[in-house]
Amino acid sequence: MRIAVCIKQVPDTEARLRVAKDGKWLDEEDLRFVINESDEYAVEEALTWAEKTGGEVVIISLGPARVQEALRKGLALGAAKAIHLVDEAYQGGDARATAVALAAAIQNEGADLVLTGSQSDDVGYGSTASLVAGHLGWPHAWLVMGLEVEEGGATAKVTREMESGMNEVFRLTLPAVIEVQAGINHPRYASLKGIMKAKRKPIDKPTPAELGLDAASLGAAGSHLEILEIAFPDSGDGAQMIEGDAAAAAKELVEKLQKEARVL
Amino acid sequence: MSEQVWVVLQHREGKLHRMSKEAIAAGQRLAGEIGGTVSGVLLGSGLGDLVAQASAFDLATLYTVDDSALQDYNPGAYVAALTPAIREQAPAFVVFPHTYQSVDYFPRLGQALDAALVPEVIGFENGADGLIWQRPILGGKLQARVRVKTSGTVLLSVQSGAFPADGAAAGQADVEPLPSVPSGLTSDREILEVQQVGDDQVDLTKADVIVAIGRGVGGADKVESLRELAKVLGADIGASRPVIDNGWLLDADGNVERERQIGSSGQTVAPKLYIAAGISGAIQHLVGMKGATCIVAINKDATAPIFNIAHYGIVGDLHEIVPALTEAVAAVKG
Ligand SMILES: Cc1cc2nc3c(=O)[nH]c(=O)nc-3n(C[C@H](O)[C@H](O)[C@H](O)COP(=O)(O)OP(=O)(O)OC[C@H]3O[C@@H](n4cnc5c(N)ncnc54)[C@H](O)[C@@H]3O)c2cc1C
Repeated sequence: MRIAVCIKQVPDTEARLRVAKDGKWLDEEDLRFVINESDEYAVEEALTWAEKTGGEVVIISLGPARVQEALRKGLALGAAKAIHLVDEAYQGGDARATAVALAAAIQNEGADLVLTGSQSDDVGYGSTASLVAGHLGWPHAWLVMGLEVEEGGATAKVTREMESGMNEVFRLTLPAVIEVQAGINHPRYASLKGIMKAKRKPIDKPTPAELGLDAASLGAAGSHLEILEIAFPDSGDGAQMIEGDAAAAAKELVEKLQKEARVL
Repeated sequence: MSEQVWVVLQHREGKLHRMSKEAIAAGQRLAGEIGGTVSGVLLGSGLGDLVAQASAFDLATLYTVDDSALQDYNPGAYVAALTPAIREQAPAFVVFPHTYQSVDYFPRLGQALDAALVPEVIGFENGADGLIWQRPILGGKLQARVRVKTSGTVLLSVQSGAFPADGAAAGQADVEPLPSVPSGLTSDREILEVQQVGDDQVDLTKADVIVAIGRGVGGADKVESLRELAKVLGADIGASRPVIDNGWLLDADGNVERERQIGSSGQTVAPKLYIAAGISGAIQHLVGMKGATCIVAINKDATAPIFNIAHYGIVGDLHEIVPALTEAVAAVKG
C-alpha cells in the first residue's frame, strides 16, 4: 500500500510562550518546535501498515522552512519520501485552506490510505483531515484508537474513541483518511542508520501551480477564519498560591486542607 | 425574516446528551445577541420520547429526522440529512455540542455547504465587526479571538462547560420534520461493536480522594512517590492521557491502566480532594475533574492553566513537593 501521512510541526508544549507584537500569534523566535503529538502516532501507524503490506510511506507537511526538520525525522523513521508545502502562498491558512493544499498534494502523489493525527496541539481545529477526506471524496474517521487493514487493502476495521471510556468498532472502505488519536501504538525511535539514510531521501516542494491550485484558495486568502488576537486567559478566581520551600509549603497545604477546605 | 440559529442535538440510549443542553443554552444566547430565533434539530431512528425531551426547551421549532439509516451514528447519513435543509433555510448559525460525534462529521457538513467552521467555542462577543469567537489554543495555555471573514452559514461547536446547561430556557417547541431530507439515506459505516475501554474494575467516580499524575512526572520509573502520597491519603491514583499513552502507569502485571485516565475520553470524577501533579490543565482533562470539591495543583510552570481552576497551588518540582507532602500528611494522619 502507498500510504500518505500528514504531519504538522507545533510549538513544544513545554516551551515558554510569548505573544508576538502584533498580538495575532506567538513570537516564534527561540521557540522550540516538535511534531504534533497525535501525528507522531500517525507516522508510526503508517510505517507499520506499509511494512505489513509491502508498501511505502510518503510524509507530507505544510509549513515554513523549519518544518524540514520534522520531515527529516519522518524520513529517518522510515518514510520513503517527503513533500513540503513550503511556498508562501500555502502559509497562514485555516483548516479549510490547508486541506485544499494537502488534498491536492495527496492526489498528485497517489495514495491508498491517508493517516493523520486527530488534532493539532496549537490551533486545534480538529477538522483539517476530515476536510481533506471531503476533497478526496473518501470516508474518514476521527479519534482512531485501532486500525486493521483488511482484504488486501479494500476495507479497514477501525476502532474509534467515544466519550467516557467507550470505543466504537466499525468497518469502512478504503481509500480513506484515518485520523489517529495519541496512544494508538508505540512510536519507534529513529536509528542512526535511518538518520544517515534520510539525508539522501527526496523532499519535493511542489508549488501551487504544479498542483494545479489557484493561490486564492490557499493560505489566508482561502480561509474562512481569521485570528484577530491571542492572549493568556484571565485567571478567574485563581488558586490560592502557597509559597516557601517544599517542606514548608507541604505543611501549610496540609493545614489548609484540614482547617480551611476541610477535606482531610 | 429574522435570523435563525439552529442547534443540532446529540443523544444516546434515549437520553439527550448533557452537552446538547449546553448547546441549546449557547444557541439561545446567540439568538438573543443577533435578535433571531433558535430551533433544534434531532436526528435518529425511533426517536420516541426524545422528541418530548427535546421539545421541552424554548425553541421556535424542533426539526426531526427519524430514519433507520440514522440508527447508529455515521457521518454519511448525518451529513446527507442535514445538508439540503441548511442550504435552503440558510440559518445564520448552526450550533453543535463539541463532542466526539459532532466533530467527527461537522467538517464534512461544512465542506458540503462551503460553510465556515468554528470548532471548540468557549465564548463570543458581538462587536463592531460582527461576532467574535473565543476558543482555547495551545492546550488551553492561550485563547484566540477569531472572526469569520466570509458570509453565509457558520457552523460552530461549543466546548463543554462554556455555556452551562442550566442556562437553557424551558418552553414548548413545535415539532416538524426537517425539510428536504433526501430519501434513501444510507449509512457509510458498518458498525461492528461498542466496547468498554480497559476493564471496569476501576471506578474512580466514587473516589473521595484522587492523586492524579501528569506528564510532568517524567517517566514510568518516577511514579512511585505519587503512589506513596496516595497511600498515606487513602487515595486512588488517576492520570492524564499522555501518562497512559506513554505507558507510564502500569498495574502489577505490567498492563497499562487506561481505565485510570481522567478526562473527556476517560472517567469523569468528582472527589472531595483532587491533587493534580504535573498536569497542565488542558480542557480535555478539566472536563473530567473540575467537579472536584477541592483541587490542588502542583506544577513547575506558574502560568499553567490548571492554576486557574485549582483552589490551592504550589509552583515547583513535583519530585520535591510530593515527598514533602507525603511526610506532612503522614505527620497529621499519624
Ligand atoms: C479528543 C481528545 C481527547 C482527549 N482526552 C483526554 C483525556 O481524557 N484526559 C486527558 O488528560 N487528556 C486528554 N487529551 C489530551 C489533552 O489535550 C492534553 O494533551 C493532556 O491532558 C495533557 O496532559 P498533561 O497535563 O499531563 O501534560 P502536559 O500538557 O504536557 O503538561 C505537563 C505539565 O507538567 C508540568 N511539569 C513538568 N515537569 C514538572 C515537574 N518536575 N514538576 C512539576 N510540574 C512539572 C509542566 O509545567 C506542564 O504544565 C485529549 C485530547 C484530545 C484531542
